Amino acid sequence: MNKVIAQGKNFIFALILMWIVAKIPLDYLSRFALPLYIFTMVLLVLTALIGDQAKGAQRWLDLQVVRIQPSELMKIALPLMLAWYFDRYERVIGAKYYVVAALLLLAPVILILKQPDLGTSILVFTSGFFVLFFAGMSLRVLAFIVTLSVLVMPFAWGVLEPYQQTRILTLLNPASDPLGAGYHTIQSTIAIGSGGFWGKGWMEGTQSQLNFLPEGATDFVFAVLGEEFGFIGVLFIFLAYLALIWRGLQIAQRAPNLFSRLAATSITLTFFIYAFVNVGMVIGLLPIVGVPLPLISFGGSSAVTVLIGIGILMNFRANRRLVQT
Amino acid sequence: MSRYRKPLSELGGFTFRIRGAIIFMLILCVFLLGRLFFLQIINSEYYQLRAENNRINVSPILPNRGLIYDRNGRVLAKNYSSYALELQDNSIDDLDQVLDELGDIVEVSAEERARIEKAMKKAGRFANIIIRDDLSQDEIARFTANGFRFPRIKLRAQLYREYLYGELTSHLLGYVRRVSEVDLDRLEKRGLRASYINSDWIGKRGVEAFYESKLRGRLGLNHVEVDSSGTELRVLDRQHPVGGEDVFLTIDLALQKAAFDALGNESGALVALDANDGSVLAFVSKPGYDPSLFVRGFDQSTWRQIRDAEDRPLVNRVSDGVYPPGSTLKPFIAIAGLEEKVRTPEWSMWDPGFFSLPGSQYKFRDWKKGGHGEVNLHKAIVESVDTYFYKLAHDLEIETIHRYLTRFGFGSKTGIDLPREASGIAPSKAWKKRRFEQPWYPGDTISVGIGQGYNLVTPLQLAVATAALANGQTLVRPVLSRFGARPFSDRASASPQPNPGQPLMLSSKHIHVLQKAMEDVMRSGGTAAGAARGADYSMAGKTGTAQVFSLKGAEYDEDSLEKRLQDHALFVGYAPANQPTIALAVVVENGGGGGSVAAPIARKVFDAYFDARP
Repeated sequence: MNKVIAQGKNFIFALILMWIVAKIPLDYLSRFALPLYIFTMVLLVLTALIGDQAKGAQRWLDLQVVRIQPSELMKIALPLMLAWYFDRYERVIGAKYYVVAALLLLAPVILILKQPDLGTSILVFTSGFFVLFFAGMSLRVLAFIVTLSVLVMPFAWGVLEPYQQTRILTLLNPASDPLGAGYHTIQSTIAIGSGGFWGKGWMEGTQSQLNFLPEGATDFVFAVLGEEFGFIGVLFIFLAYLALIWRGLQIAQRAPNLFSRLAATSITLTFFIYAFVNVGMVIGLLPIVGVPLPLISFGGSSAVTVLIGIGILMNFRANRRLVQT
Repeated sequence: MSRYRKPLSELGGFTFRIRGAIIFMLILCVFLLGRLFFLQIINSEYYQLRAENNRINVSPILPNRGLIYDRNGRVLAKNYSSYALELQDNSIDDLDQVLDELGDIVEVSAEERARIEKAMKKAGRFANIIIRDDLSQDEIARFTANGFRFPRIKLRAQLYREYLYGELTSHLLGYVRRVSEVDLDRLEKRGLRASYINSDWIGKRGVEAFYESKLRGRLGLNHVEVDSSGTELRVLDRQHPVGGEDVFLTIDLALQKAAFDALGNESGALVALDANDGSVLAFVSKPGYDPSLFVRGFDQSTWRQIRDAEDRPLVNRVSDGVYPPGSTLKPFIAIAGLEEKVRTPEWSMWDPGFFSLPGSQYKFRDWKKGGHGEVNLHKAIVESVDTYFYKLAHDLEIETIHRYLTRFGFGSKTGIDLPREASGIAPSKAWKKRRFEQPWYPGDTISVGIGQGYNLVTPLQLAVATAALANGQTLVRPVLSRFGARPFSDRASASPQPNPGQPLMLSSKHIHVLQKAMEDVMRSGGTAAGAARGADYSMAGKTGTAQVFSLKGAEYDEDSLEKRLQDHALFVGYAPANQPTIALAVVVENGGGGGSVAAPIARKVFDAYFDARP
């Protein structure tokens, strides 16, 4: 019950932020992009230098007044920054602009990866990548980069932290360490599988209610839903997400300018990646990377980030006619 | 920089890429849904089972073991409540440290440690492993005060078996101990594995083993819901245990005690039967052991000490020990002579003190130098004349002897209600061929006539055969328990189950000749006359002195011979002579003469028997 109240407070705060973001003039949003990006980068650097250690990672920055996780803020700051950048140089864009954009993208990603926080860095990376992609990045260059990354992947293995390596290995064979690294995956697949088609009913999931499933409220909440509401409930969640994404892409399609279109597209698709990575890891298709399920997982930062993103979409939607004239 | 490009906001390229992204997303969704379909629809039952296994911990409830009573309602084996230390979580990974700390409070030997470690590897999740059994009051107090330091170790009240008379009933009752790996494998083969838990008790040896299924009762089961830490939340279902049934023995504790005392410090056996129905009245094998050692558990060195002791306290000499019967076999050879009409009671011969096979110089000597003079069958029994039986055996030939010995139950199990017993040997040509791949020599038959040679019998077989001679009609099957309910209460159901033996089908006239002769064994001039002197009841018997060690013609000198090479003293007998109710057999290992050593022991038992029932 405490969690319900706490999450309620998180949501009220996040909804207020969403409303503010939706209401401010569109101009302000694009004008804020650069300062916001610089500000967030400073915070990330500070985190790397003086951040709090927790569970072996340095993700939090204590600013006396509030404790914040700058990497979360970057999920918003980066797409806005890049969208603003391409919007600004729309008419003169050339190859070197893409290179600059790529650098703007990689700097925060590397800082976050070093914390280490693989999940967030993936999400930040994709949010920036989507802007580049929809800003017209050459498909040939993209194909070249993808091929190159596949080729260097074996070498990249050594760069990963040992615990990250373990997670990936565990994904391939969870039974290798049932009480250790594989425990999360095994228990979450048991929870989801035992839910069957109709589910066990609300609050009836034995895996989650008896604590066999770890992190049932946060990263593994999808397993609880799968256990208690079954395949049918899971389908419903999928449809809800797809509807949200569909709407986001519609807003992007009808966006008033390049900035809003790129930002909207990126926010919407990142939203999908969010859900996909989370569900994928809970059902044992992807390594466990600590990505919450948007709008459902317990936790303040995630709620704030996602709802600010939605606030931005609402803003674009509300302002679409103002510029069209 | 100056190159003009088509505005990026031009919708064509963007829409194209959005479509690509949508298709890509849908493909990813298909992956997720495919996996979910696999988990939740195709394999759902498997995962439901695993979720149930996670959640439900089936913990057994041990039943109370049945008690064991003697025929007068005296409790021989009961249960008492004490405490065991139990390790309740085998996923413990700092076992060594925990046991080290525990060692300050409760002694845990290195061997117990090894056993615990082994058990932990074998046992399933949440299986309980016994660390120490039957703690002393001090240990309980110390653990209670320090228990908070060991959250995963619990004191658990348990029922332990107590044998109220210890060594006195050790071979009779056997003992219970914790099941071993070997036991569990054996139970598995018999399909009984499911009725036992890992730290269960099982009856070993004696009555405890034979009546295991009856005494044990049935496990109860607690289906408990547990959370991920193994904490029990609530009982989902409970099947109550069914207590074991009590077992009522035919043993008379007072007689058992008398027999035990009468044997003194000798190694040997005494078994007394109801002469008419085979109920076992006393069943003593010496030396015995302390059965509580097995209940409480002991370390390897104690075990080795018991197992390897020279006087072999773990051997149940009554039914597992085999001995040459010596002269106690003579009455049965004599019966064969009469039945086969090879002898009449009146027929007599001159005994020069030895017997030689026709055409041979070798002398089979009588125990009495110079011989017994003119000997008929009666005298041959009373004075235990070897020469008479050498010749009789020769005249009967081995196959006939084998037939009669078999009729008296020699060479096969008596069928007593014990987990195992020896068959002994009633030799025959076929047996020798099988055993040694050698033909039977006429000389072999001669020593069989006086119970030496290849003959081997258990004291129980001797007692059963003696009872047959006493009652004249039936080869009884000895039984330790034949009451469905308390024999000492006066309920109708207390009547014993019938115990039909095998009809003997021998001429009562011939039997009577032997009975008379065996009575006279106990009278003046007989080999056991001294043992019977002064008794106010009549008794019959036959002594035996069985050679353990072949002296190869040298003189037998008791004093110069090592104890273990001395003769076994034997005695079989029954009483009262005219209307027998009790038959018994005594073997005193390396005791010396049957008449001087074994018969007086029998006398004490007879006295105790008749004192108790005037």
